[in-house]
Amino acid sequence: MKILVCISHVPDTTSKINFVNDESAFDTNGVQFIINPNDEFGLTRAIWMQQKHQAEVTVLTVGDINCEPTLRKCLAIGANKAFRIDMQPTDGFQVAQEIAAHCKKESYDLIIAGRESIDYNGAMVPGMIAGLLNYNFVTNCTSLEVEGNHATASREIDGGIENVSCELPLVIGAQKGLVEEKDLIIPNMRGIMQARQKPLEVIPATDSVAKSSILKFEKPAPKGAVKLIDADNIDLLIDLLHNEAKVI
Amino acid sequence: MSIVIYAETENGKFKKTAFELASYGRAIADQSGTPLLAVTINQDDTEELARYGVDKVIKVNDVAFEEFTAQSYAEVVSTIAKENNANIIVLSSSANAKYIAPLVAVSLSAGYASNVVALPDSLAPLTLKRSCFTNKAFNTTSLVSGVNIIGLSNNSYGIKEHPSSAMETTNSSVSLSTSSLKVENIDKVVGKVTIADADVVVSGGRGLKGPENWYLIEDLAETLGAATACSKPVSDMGWRPHSEHVGQTGKPVASNLYIAIGVSGAIQHLAGINSSKVKVVVNIDPEAPFFKAADYGIVGDAFEVVPQLIEKLRAFKSS
Ligand SMILES: Cc1cc2nc3c(=O)[nH]c(=O)nc-3n(C[C@H](O)[C@H](O)[C@H](O)COP(=O)(O)OP(=O)(O)OC[C@H]3O[C@@H](n4cnc5c(N)ncnc54)[C@H](O)[C@@H]3O)c2cc1C
Repeated sequence: MKILVCISHVPDTTSKINFVNDESAFDTNGVQFIINPNDEFGLTRAIWMQQKHQAEVTVLTVGDINCEPTLRKCLAIGANKAFRIDMQPTDGFQVAQEIAAHCKKESYDLIIAGRESIDYNGAMVPGMIAGLLNYNFVTNCTSLEVEGNHATASREIDGGIENVSCELPLVIGAQKGLVEEKDLIIPNMRGIMQARQKPLEVIPATDSVAKSSILKFEKPAPKGAVKLIDADNIDLLIDLLHNEAKVI
Repeated sequence: MSIVIYAETENGKFKKTAFELASYGRAIADQSGTPLLAVTINQDDTEELARYGVDKVIKVNDVAFEEFTAQSYAEVVSTIAKENNANIIVLSSSANAKYIAPLVAVSLSAGYASNVVALPDSLAPLTLKRSCFTNKAFNTTSLVSGVNIIGLSNNSYGIKEHPSSAMETTNSSVSLSTSSLKVENIDKVVGKVTIADADVVVSGGRGLKGPENWYLIEDLAETLGAATACSKPVSDMGWRPHSEHVGQTGKPVASNLYIAIGVSGAIQHLAGINSSKVKVVVNIDPEAPFFKAADYGIVGDAFEVVPQLIEKLRAFKSS
């Protein structure tokens, strides 16, 4: 079985979010980058399948050379090889087109992408890959089992879980549940050493075109100070929520 | 040209977001002078949509669509959009709508902006304000295709009545292509408000000490007709199901009122709940970062404050 895990290289969750160039670009100065958490849940699940089904796990990112440490980390976690499609994508549609073009050549059985990235929160790449390749698709995926050519998966829906079955090839939007937080693999020294020897191939981008572009960024307006209410005066809180905030 | 919304229903009733989409779609339709059409799937009574300014309802009623699958519902929306020459399609941020949106985008070769929080800044080109970095920032995105999809953040525009003079209703059919994907079963709590749909969300953190104390959160939520949520460590420790985990790596919350009990207010937690309109925190530690993000706060022990709050709210609700 051939598995592709699509990796997004995103700012660490504690990063200060600032913008430069007239508020038109994210300020990467001093920002630590990590594997997008949803992708990491997916990668861990893929590594389990590598161990159980001898699956070959490939990781891929669409991005510039700055993403390579993130790909090396995925190799240290256990992926067999990595691809970097060399471009600075403008939107999710372009990322999906690049990945789909690559997948057409490689014919993966299973494609895993995080259900959304924590930077642009687009939640579109996995679905668009599935749409472009006409593969089955399960997003917000909280469990996945593959037997031969057959998969069963669960999707988190509003207020519950939906269980589905389908044939491969399949694209999933990964999230927590697929594996738990405690299952995430922290690369050890051996993994890190091996990762240096594993193939990381840079491939040129195709002529995909974006369908949107970001003109500018802004931060939310600063918030007023909290109104503190005495623990003995809960009536006042209820009064404020009713008459001032008008939410109850 | 036309504006098409997909008006979601559940158990024969429109979801609140259907009315929000209609209200939002109406405003764009007025700006652009194009009709506002609503697609419904297996819904008999659609009269309610007239109240929010829908010009025409296109009903697709067919047993083939009895069960939601992303592929089939995306096909319905794409087909109706194509047939009606839609240039803007508006979808909600429900789990199902976010599931179908990228598929519709591919099938119509459309631009797609998710997490849109306001009416367009301009219609040509279609320029939209969206939240990003999990609510830590916004961006302005310009969509450059002829057909574009707006994914509207729940509760960002609100519901605005705007009765249509004469809403037309037609039936349409869409043929379904085959797929090997089958829904085996759905495990859904009935009669419980979900985080996505709730006006009020009550959330508990590690400050509650253990799962046995969750009756405090549940009782408070019940009093307010609220959904229950929790911080990440609470779900990681198995005190509560994952589906309740909110924040940057969990579910987003965009309710009118968010009440956090014994939650410290870590940056990753706040990121996910920040688009809630009014935030209340109860925390024993006056230095807890949540106080910087909240509108109202009580410094106090949850085990003393929450029972009183429940009692007083019950009295208030019944008065
Ligand atoms: C990559 C990453 C992603 C993350 N994503 C998320 C996410 O999506 N969502 C999320 O929630 N977290 C997330 N976190 C975790 C986050 O950093 C915090 O660890 C977490 O939010 C803390 O949860 P808590 O507030 O329940 O617990 P704590 O931080 O332990 O806070 C408990 C609070 O309860 C208060 N308390 C104690 N006793 C009482 C009492 N008797 N009455 C009232 N108050 C009391 C304490 O003063 C304290 O403020 C993420 C972390 C990382 C690294």
